[in-house]
Amino acid sequence: MNLQAILAIYKFEMVRFFRTIAQSVVSPVLSTSLYFVVFGAAIGSRIQQVDGISYAAFIVPGLVMLSVLTQSLTNAAFGIYFPKFIGTIYEILSAPVSHLEIVIGYVGAAATKSMIIGLIILATAFAFVDLHILHPFWMLSFLVLTCLSFSLFGFIIGIWAKSFEQLNLVPMLIVTPLVFLGGSFYSISMLPEFWQKVTLFNPVVYLVSGFRWSFFGQADVGVGISLVMIVVFLGLCLAVIGWIFRTGYRLKS
Amino acid sequence: MPGIVSVTDLRKVYDGGFEALKGVNLEIRKGEILALLGPNGAGKTTLISAICGITTPTSGVIEVGGHNVQTDFRASRSLIGLVPQEITLEPFEKVLNAVRFSRGLFGKKADEAYLEKVLRQLSLWDKKDARIKELSGGMKRRVLIAKALSHEPRVLFLDEPTAGVDVDLRKEMWAVVRALKADGVTIILTTHYIEEAEAIADRVGVIANGELLLVEDKVKMMEQMGKKQMRIELQQPLDEIPQSMAHYDLVRGEDGSFLIYTYDTQGERTGITSLFADIAKAGLVLKDVQTSQSTLEDIFVDLVKEDA
Repeated sequence: MNLQAILAIYKFEMVRFFRTIAQSVVSPVLSTSLYFVVFGAAIGSRIQQVDGISYAAFIVPGLVMLSVLTQSLTNAAFGIYFPKFIGTIYEILSAPVSHLEIVIGYVGAAATKSMIIGLIILATAFAFVDLHILHPFWMLSFLVLTCLSFSLFGFIIGIWAKSFEQLNLVPMLIVTPLVFLGGSFYSISMLPEFWQKVTLFNPVVYLVSGFRWSFFGQADVGVGISLVMIVVFLGLCLAVIGWIFRTGYRLKS
Repeated sequence: MPGIVSVTDLRKVYDGGFEALKGVNLEIRKGEILALLGPNGAGKTTLISAICGITTPTSGVIEVGGHNVQTDFRASRSLIGLVPQEITLEPFEKVLNAVRFSRGLFGKKADEAYLEKVLRQLSLWDKKDARIKELSGGMKRRVLIAKALSHEPRVLFLDEPTAGVDVDLRKEMWAVVRALKADGVTIILTTHYIEEAEAIADRVGVIANGELLLVEDKVKMMEQMGKKQMRIELQQPLDEIPQSMAHYDLVRGEDGSFLIYTYDTQGERTGITSLFADIAKAGLVLKDVQTSQSTLEDIFVDLVKEDA
């Protein structure tokens, strides 16, 4: 294992993150605060409770997930796309580094970044609503697993993308709708029965549900199923990345 | 003695069907400076990319320091430093950080003293905290070299290191290359500038259309393939070359005021003595005589033209 190389990639990526710390942190915190104001205070004051939880508190796990998902995707996608775009990827490809080490370096850094941002947003939430986290260990575990699996997914997008437009395509066109329809702002039990069934095909439902369980001890889907689904998604992403490096897809000619 | 880099039957066919390398065989000797000459698109960069692991060969075997570059890539790549043709650098990074990153990437422990030595050697030390985008083109190229040297490679590939570089910087780079050679580093450089190969290379390889036409000791190559020409200026212009001198294949200058004689210094006889005797017999009076030797450039142009 070339630990030095993993560390070098990781540090390099983190330096980039801290160089742009203002935009990296301010924008998600600002947009989350806006959600709290609009959904929590303005609309939430008219919705009494969901599953016995105040609406403002109910949306906190969904909001954190929304930011963490998008941040993991964009950070990881950009992290590997940028060297490809400016050509510095040659150095990574010609270095005595295994594929696994490249992934650990880039995905580890992207996941760390979104983890930091997720925790900052959670701290922001405490400023708006009265929150108690029932299972802090599971809360952190869900957060880590989500950061990891979506950073892996973002890494795949970054390798697949041929332009900046494509880089933004998946987060904008697929992930945002999935998050909005994934029970971030409502309980899926509020939906008509048919749509409840359809929703079960949305992977984000399991993330938000499991995450919400760690806060309030109750969820739309059983927490075990949530966990299994995240691990399956993680495995799927790992398999795709394995294939990418074996074939050199969009990396090597 | 086996070479430090050994390429056997290397072929590379790109997805589009273009055959960039058509079975290249090459042994690079330890500690030498090898210049690869060839026109654009000849396959120079593809050859380097295959050795460094950036391109996957279609077939063939490559070994660096006895390690197969595909099955034992960690050992082989640790030996190699690569300076790419294009300036590819993360623009917002600071010089020293960029060099540190490269060293770490190649699995070497941090060694600030060594990095300082490299940066000083390349006159980059006072720019160590500058962001790369603030540097001039020549400075950026030095950063690329510093990155390639950061992990103390034993084999250094320079892909057109002096393209678009002014004369001073080019001379400076040659000095760096010579210093590396003195340290025992093997250097392979591709270049358009034949004078560059002539100035610093030990051996010269010529590539055209994906084939390695020849690899030869520079001095030997210039001796063997080089021709000498003699320009004989006459007091009185000549209308035609006398019949008695026809077998010398002389070329008459435009107005007949001079003759050109081409000869081979490696031949058993140059024919110079008998030519002068025949000139005297024909009653021609000489004004001046000049000789010139063909350069590597002439040889190169001849070779590539033959191949085309």
